[in-house]
Amino acid sequence: MCKGMSKICNNNGGGEMRKVITGNHAVSYGALLSRVEVIAAYPITPQTQIVELLSEFCAEGILRAKFVKVESEHSAMATCIGASAVGARAFTATSAQGLALMHELLHWAAGGRFPIVLANVNRAMAPGWSIWTDQNDSLSQRDTGWMQIYCESNQEVLDSVIQGYRIAEKVYIPLMLILDAFVLSHTSEIVDIPSQEEVDRYLPPFKPKFKLDPDDPHAFGGLLGPDHYMEIRYLLQKDMERALEVAKKADREFYEIFGRSYGIIEPYKCENAEIIMVTSGTITSTARTVIDKLREKGKKVGLLKIRMFRPFPSIDVKNVLLKAKKVLVIDRNISYGIGGIFFQEIKSVLYNEDKHLPIFGFIAGLGGRDVTPQILEEMIEYVEVHNKPEEPILWRGVKL
Amino acid sequence: MEGSKIMKIYEIPEQENMRPGHLACPGCGAALAMRYVLKALGDKTIISLPACCWSVIDGPFPYSSLRVPLFHCAFETAASTAAGVRAGLDVKGKEEVHVLAWAGDGGTFDIGIQALSGAAERNENIIYVCYDNEAYMNTGIQRSSATPFGAWTTTTPVKHYKNRPKKDIVAIMAAHRIPYVATTTVGFPNDLIRKMIKAKDIKGTKFIHIYAPCPTGWKCKPDDTIKISKLVVETAVFPLYEIEDGEKYTLNFMPKIKKPVSEYLKMQGRFRHLTEKEIEIIQKDVDFYWKKLLEKCNK
Repeated sequence: MCKGMSKICNNNGGGEMRKVITGNHAVSYGALLSRVEVIAAYPITPQTQIVELLSEFCAEGILRAKFVKVESEHSAMATCIGASAVGARAFTATSAQGLALMHELLHWAAGGRFPIVLANVNRAMAPGWSIWTDQNDSLSQRDTGWMQIYCESNQEVLDSVIQGYRIAEKVYIPLMLILDAFVLSHTSEIVDIPSQEEVDRYLPPFKPKFKLDPDDPHAFGGLLGPDHYMEIRYLLQKDMERALEVAKKADREFYEIFGRSYGIIEPYKCENAEIIMVTSGTITSTARTVIDKLREKGKKVGLLKIRMFRPFPSIDVKNVLLKAKKVLVIDRNISYGIGGIFFQEIKSVLYNEDKHLPIFGFIAGLGGRDVTPQILEEMIEYVEVHNKPEEPILWRGVKL
Repeated sequence: MEGSKIMKIYEIPEQENMRPGHLACPGCGAALAMRYVLKALGDKTIISLPACCWSVIDGPFPYSSLRVPLFHCAFETAASTAAGVRAGLDVKGKEEVHVLAWAGDGGTFDIGIQALSGAAERNENIIYVCYDNEAYMNTGIQRSSATPFGAWTTTTPVKHYKNRPKKDIVAIMAAHRIPYVATTTVGFPNDLIRKMIKAKDIKGTKFIHIYAPCPTGWKCKPDDTIKISKLVVETAVFPLYEIEDGEKYTLNFMPKIKKPVSEYLKMQGRFRHLTEKEIEIIQKDVDFYWKKLLEKCNK
């Protein structure tokens, strides 16, 4: 870690620096370059390295932020909210049980319109104890009013922190960026770390329209009767809708400065594809290799990566999928009693279309179980020979 | 309590940072407490306010009865939200602004104690005031761990009154070895103001426990609030004292003659059901803790 810090110190002269770092440290560098002002966090595996490196950045004076070492994730989010309410750029990171403990305050952050950025390392929920990846922790927070971005690589992780503040502070909605436990969090990849000058050009200081200010005193979050409450929530939804365009623009402008772009979704080899596989997180990388292989064999298959899950890019998703004949959705998560959560979203987006599109909902990889290229190929083979799914949930890899 | 009483009155700052038109019940000790506290702290103050009577008293959106910015926070987050406000202000170079966490006994003794303990252990530079009306009054008088032995509440009916003592929050806070812990009440405004002014100038976590009668919940007369606030000190049920750095105890009011607790209890309907025997138990308990406190204060 210390080596990393000396390098970042030397990076002030401008120009990109290339480093081999874990997904966790990619988050820390993203927060550093975003010049976060208040950090409040509590340790939880596999997130802990993010805040460890950030505490070192703060201790060394590389990052001029106040790091509040709270006694729980609940207090972490409350502290971020308090800091954001006085106009400071606030950051936290967590996983699984920690995110669940924050739940009440995730509503508070979104309802109060505080553009906090949170990095969540996807980890399966207990019991039994698991530290391995799946998406049930973040997807359980789907309806809290937070934006959600699912990342595929460590580069995307770092870039999404910076983009995250840019998007969040434009629409006054907090943003959660999400990375898979271990597959990204503890795996080192080559990452281009942009220069501070470039990031400063992209991300201006946070200057909120409203803040707690003794020179202009107001009460925030007071009792809202039935005459006012609904409008406040309507406005949150309207800004969520607006956030789709804001995120696209933020991504385009990011490309102009840094030469990298992700989109809010990413269609991969979807031209003339008859079957499109829908993924999120690191399963996407595995799926790319499978699609490449099958394309070489002449199969008309494509891939759609969902990067932004909230707000859901309904129209963009529809435009891609309606060109296919069949859709296959892979969920590393489950809403008990119905099935995969991405599957439900994709189905609802396509329901009112004239074209009837068979959609296959697979669940795989819960609790960090490997989702191999072979499993993905078998899913495509299943879809090829079936006109519709034989079961509402197509489980793959269950040993029972 | 030495010196001329007339002079003392004028030591209370004139500036009002609380407006009329708030929604407190008649005789509310918590409303009076806020008025005094903001007189002492001044208008360069930001308040974090969890769910409690005051989240109603201040007024519904878009109104506020305070002349300082106020942040309504989640029930258990008075201290952690205040810590965030403090961190944000400090990073912006606004160290001169006071951060006041203002919570009831439920938000302090019960649901908020974890965040409070965390903030105190880190010695966050905030002033935490617990205005204690000894039950969940905002939701309709349910028992809290601040409810005293023997009291009726809607969840401790007369047949099953609270049979455990009030949690000693002051000892808990002193055990964190924060620079300043103090008790005070609206019946002793000079003491209250002095302690708030003292707290203002200390860096680190300050915890002020304000005894604040609730006529609605205690079934007492609204015009008895001050009388009860004085009696609670004169009977040593709630002595006025302060603790510096977790060690240095100072008694701030020594009753000339310690009055019997029955005088205090009989003014409140919530204790009406108590038998002589039960009152005797309370008296013994008060005497025991009073003696211990005097020892700590070297009296």
